[in-house]
Amino acid sequence: MSAKTISLTLRVWRQKGPEEKGHLQTYKLSGISTDMSFLEMLDVLNEQLIENGEEPVAFDHDCREGICGACGMMINGQAHGPDRETTTCQLHMRRFRDGETLVLEPWRATAFPILRDLVVDRSALDRVIQAGGYVSVNTGQAQDANCLPVPRQDQESAMDAAACIGCGACVASCKNASAMLFTSAKVSQLAQLPQGQPERSRRVLNMVSTHDSEGFGACTNTGECEAACPAGISLSHIARLNREFVRATVCSEEGA
Amino acid sequence: MDNVLNSRVPEGPIQDKWDNCKRDLKLVAPNNRRKFTVLVVGTGLAGASAAASLAEQGYNVKTFCYQDSARRAHSIAAQGGINAAKNYPNDGDSTWRLFYDTVKGGDFRAREANVYRLAQVSANIIDQCVAQGVPFAREYGGLLANRTFGGAQVSRTFYCRGQTGQQLLLGAYQGLMRQVSLGKAENFARREMIDLVTVDGVARGIVCRNMVTGELETHYGHAVLLCTGGYGNAFYLSTNAKGCNVTAAWRCYKRGAYFANPCFTQIHPTCIPVHGDYQSKLTLMSESLRNDGRVWVPKRSDDNRPPSQIPEDERDYYLERRYPAFGNMVPRDVASRAAKERCDAGFGIGETNMAVYLDFKRAIAEQGEDVIRSKYGNLFHMYEKITAENPYHVPMKIYPAVHYTMGGLWVDYHLQSTVPGLFVLGEANFSDHGANRLGASALMQGLADGYFVAPYTVGNYLAGTKFKDVTDAHPRFTEVVDEAQSRINKLISIQGSRTVQSFHRELGQILWNQCGMARNEAGLKDAIAKIRALRSEYWENVRVPGTGESLNQQLEYAGRVADFMEFGELLALDALERRESCGGHFREESQHEDGEAKRNDADFSHVAAWEFKGDDEAPVRNTEPLEFKEVALSTRSYK
Repeated sequence: MSAKTISLTLRVWRQKGPEEKGHLQTYKLSGISTDMSFLEMLDVLNEQLIENGEEPVAFDHDCREGICGACGMMINGQAHGPDRETTTCQLHMRRFRDGETLVLEPWRATAFPILRDLVVDRSALDRVIQAGGYVSVNTGQAQDANCLPVPRQDQESAMDAAACIGCGACVASCKNASAMLFTSAKVSQLAQLPQGQPERSRRVLNMVSTHDSEGFGACTNTGECEAACPAGISLSHIARLNREFVRATVCSEEGA
Repeated sequence: MDNVLNSRVPEGPIQDKWDNCKRDLKLVAPNNRRKFTVLVVGTGLAGASAAASLAEQGYNVKTFCYQDSARRAHSIAAQGGINAAKNYPNDGDSTWRLFYDTVKGGDFRAREANVYRLAQVSANIIDQCVAQGVPFAREYGGLLANRTFGGAQVSRTFYCRGQTGQQLLLGAYQGLMRQVSLGKAENFARREMIDLVTVDGVARGIVCRNMVTGELETHYGHAVLLCTGGYGNAFYLSTNAKGCNVTAAWRCYKRGAYFANPCFTQIHPTCIPVHGDYQSKLTLMSESLRNDGRVWVPKRSDDNRPPSQIPEDERDYYLERRYPAFGNMVPRDVASRAAKERCDAGFGIGETNMAVYLDFKRAIAEQGEDVIRSKYGNLFHMYEKITAENPYHVPMKIYPAVHYTMGGLWVDYHLQSTVPGLFVLGEANFSDHGANRLGASALMQGLADGYFVAPYTVGNYLAGTKFKDVTDAHPRFTEVVDEAQSRINKLISIQGSRTVQSFHRELGQILWNQCGMARNEAGLKDAIAKIRALRSEYWENVRVPGTGESLNQQLEYAGRVADFMEFGELLALDALERRESCGGHFREESQHEDGEAKRNDADFSHVAAWEFKGDDEAPVRNTEPLEFKEVALSTRSYK
């Protein structure tokens, strides 16, 4: 880990509020250690802006460990930047060259209105979960955890889907601004577990319906979402969602 | 007041206390529950589980979180696992043993009755989470798998790869979202609680700032549940999320809730070492890694060879040497101090000499790289992301970092604070971990409080209290909003020359250096003086850009740091007054000849609960004596 320092030109989307007009603003930064994380680089920028009497760049972030899903921005047109399976907070400056220009923009999607600078409103994702992304079990109703064996391969596949961090990169990277990778991750997780069976049909129907009404676009299987996903969620979960959707539509009471 | 520091521990043998308590609890009839509103602040494991459970029972619930979604609370970052006394591995575990390990692991500074209840309900938590669809690791037979964690000689830790906290939180969050869809719960995201409203000394509401519009909002109800996590970020660098703060708890303290044992902070032994001044946070490498990783430093302090060239007999596996019975799986406080001891003695490794190795060479040789990858793949990946070193080939470098806070608002057995109607759950309270928390116990406590304790005891409070008709039209709400507004105005009007972050860093350095892994009287007194000076400078020289009427992250931060400044002094004061070493609190004046912590049960077998007396008055140190009837007080030994 031998750090060196680099200089960068940043072109950052600045927008004062949801109704204001935004623009790209250029900033020069030097002396950036290659051991810094991407957000630490933005911290440095913000400290300089405050010292110069300007307003700092607003961006969402929290755990800075790649798990909470709060952070995320388009870096040179790529959601979370150039590294695979990496959130913006886990991206490090050693990934960039001295003298490089980086364009930073917020997630862009109708369903994610911009609140300020790089901060967007992702509450539509919560509403997709509210439509059925759960098992209806009240506290106190559970039987012993080992009563119901779950084949290991099912559990592992469910866990692959459950790893979604809800950051919205799939939406931002999709040309249709579809949240189908996000939606399918929850549908797929619960469809593969015995606990998810009773609500299997109504879950997929309601979640897809809410997905559409929130203004997310349709999936055309381009696969950019999978490439951008920091949690490694596979496109195969969308395939499973499609099967679940057909099954629910054709074969279930709820779909009739 | 009569109720102060009455812990309300029920009568009877320890095995029966929780049953006896539940037997005597008053109930609210199902059709009356809709008449009550409960405000839940924080949507981590404790908050989300309590909110979902109370809404399921039929109460109206409002939840508040500073994040943009309830799913992002910092419980999500817990990696390793959750303990439960299921005894599925048939290796001799029991409710008693989990209770015993937790009391002992907490260095005899927790309340026995609470810990026993925690162990009792631990098994129900696993059942509940599995029923929600939490994908716990399983064996090929389809049944649940377990791993071992520090401070235990049984395997009782359930896990979801290295993402246990995430999966448990999503389970609770989904339960909460279900209640939102049913109209029983309402979630207010991007809201920061900035004060508690009490009417005639009873908690009746909160004031929070809408972080998008800047508006100060009032919410009223019949009980307030504070589930706002710990205060580790007082140290600036910690494993906490950047937004974690003490503000909600501190505001409640200033409204009459006692703050218990603030000096009990946990320094986690396995974190990625500090590597630069710009660093914004520290990253934890799960304790579960110590199951297979071996901790060592070179035997010679001047040995600068790369680790692969240091032969086995020139390595000092100091945990295995000092603690043969538990080896690398000693509790966190012990492992952290041992690392500090080696580094202070000049044996540290890496560029800063403030790190030790965590080595997987033997585990990979014995089990194969694929097995290690399946157990810890995401942790190794994260380590490589941050350090650009591949831990499959090069040992990890680790060093202790602030991780968890055992101290918190004082609560009785019902989880109620000294303010009637204010309940405190999860890391925000002080109750179950004593002076040191064992690994995989935080998730257990958060969910125990939220799923299985508060839903009973809050109901009892609602059933047994005669409520005045109070809405946010009550003048107390206007007063509290005015106070909050003037604090915000003042922060913005200072327009000094230093950024909020520069103050926060300085505060963190004072606390880490003088109130971190080791503390002494002179250092603590000096720390208090320095914090006071820094605080006065803060209120004269901080620069907060922008206005209060918009999304202003610097203003949010400034309010939090202002409260850390006040809180930091109490933390140091509590450390000063506790003239003993116990758990995460190591007082240099109080140690055995071999350097192990020396507890002083004669004088300090109690909870210190601090009472706010006014901004210019010294706080009062109240005590709740701790009795150990079940687990005899003994010197902790992991040798």
